[in-house]
Formats: sequence, C-alpha cells, structure tokens
Amino acid sequence: MKIRLLYFASLADRAGRAEESIETSAAVPRDLYAEVAKTHGFSFAPERLRVAVNGALAPWDRALADGDEVVFLPPVSGG
Amino acid sequence: MRAFRLSDSPIDAASLRVSLEDPAAGGCVTFEGWVRNHNEARAVTRLDYQAFGPLAEDEGEAILAEATTKFALRVARCVHRTGALAIGDMAVWVGVSADHRDAAFAACRWIIDEVKRRVPIWKNEHYADGESGWLHPDNTPADAAGQR
Repeated sequence: MKIRLLYFASLADRAGRAEESIETSAAVPRDLYAEVAKTHGFSFAPERLRVAVNGALAPWDRALADGDEVVFLPPVSGG
Repeated sequence: MRAFRLSDSPIDAASLRVSLEDPAAGGCVTFEGWVRNHNEARAVTRLDYQAFGPLAEDEGEAILAEATTKFALRVARCVHRTGALAIGDMAVWVGVSADHRDAAFAACRWIIDEVKRRVPIWKNEHYADGESGWLHPDNTPADAAGQR
C-alpha cells in the first residue's frame, strides 16, 4: 500500500525532504517508523516520538490503510 | 474565531487583549513569550518556528477547552507564531479572563506549560557562530493518543 509521510524539524533535515510517498508493507506506525528510520538514518527511539495519522494523534499500533498520511512528531519546542 | 491559532505575521497583543473582555470578568492575565538573545550560554541571533499546522491548531484548541473546564474562566485565547523571528519578537501570546485572579493566574500558567509540552511546533535556533539547530527537549513526554 501507499503511505504519505510528512517530516518536520530535525527529521526533515535528516531525510532531506519535507514529505514523501512510499510503498510499504508496514501494518502499523511502529513498523513504518522502523522502516523509514533505517532508510533515512533517524536516530530517535520511537519512545521519544508521537505519531499522527491523517492529522490526528494515534497509537503506535493503529492499523494503517492505503493512502494514509503519517507524521512522526519529534519532541516539540514551541513557546 | 478559534481560541487558538497559528500566525505567520506579528502578534497584535493589544487587539487580542480586547478579545478577553467580558462584563463578568474581574481581570485578565496575559503571558507574552519573546525571542531572547541567548540559550544555554550560546548567543542566539534569530529563530524559525515550524508547525504541523492542522494538528497544532487542534491540539491548541483542545488545551484551551481543557483549561476552561479546569479553571473558572470567562475567555481563554492563545496565538503562536510560525516562520522567521528576530530577537525581541513575540513568539507566543496567552490570555485569559476570569471573575477572580486566582483562576486567571493559574490557568495562564497551565496553558503555556501545556502548549510547550504538547503542541507540534519546533524551534530552530540560529547562533552567533553561524550554526543552527532544532530543539528537541529530552524531557518531552512521548505519550501517544489515549494515554493522557
């Protein structure tokens, strides 16, 4: 299935892009993160990230569907 | 008008203050966060803020809604900047009005703390030595939805 990923802050810098669409067999965000972390060399442990699917915070074991938009959120630093 | 919003242009605190007015309110407390010229002993020359827009606005709105249930408020509002900011620029504005000051002070403090902890906004600091870096605090809880 096809998943659209958005990247922010240091993850975007590391990936060298703000978004990408990939073909994946990852069933849940946890597996998807392991896949893209390997591709792009992300060093964050998943415990330090949150995940959003289709614009809403989601658990790491949420089932992914074709066409989903997934964002791995690094620790935030607003304010 | 949404209670929380992102802004890519300067924050107008005077007009936001008017939005807190309510005949039943006995006062307001506001907080302005400014860009300072140093962080952890490094000289800072400017900042960029990046936000995951849709989720940042939803999460900010949720924080303000939670604040109005936790504290006896009349109005609660927050605006956070995105984009390039200079030293001294206002990065965030929080304002609440309430019948009594205790609720207003406590709510304003709670809101800015929750915004810093939860809203998906990231700060890229540019330093005087030419380096720059995204700040990703170690103490940020990585809680997923449903664990709060």
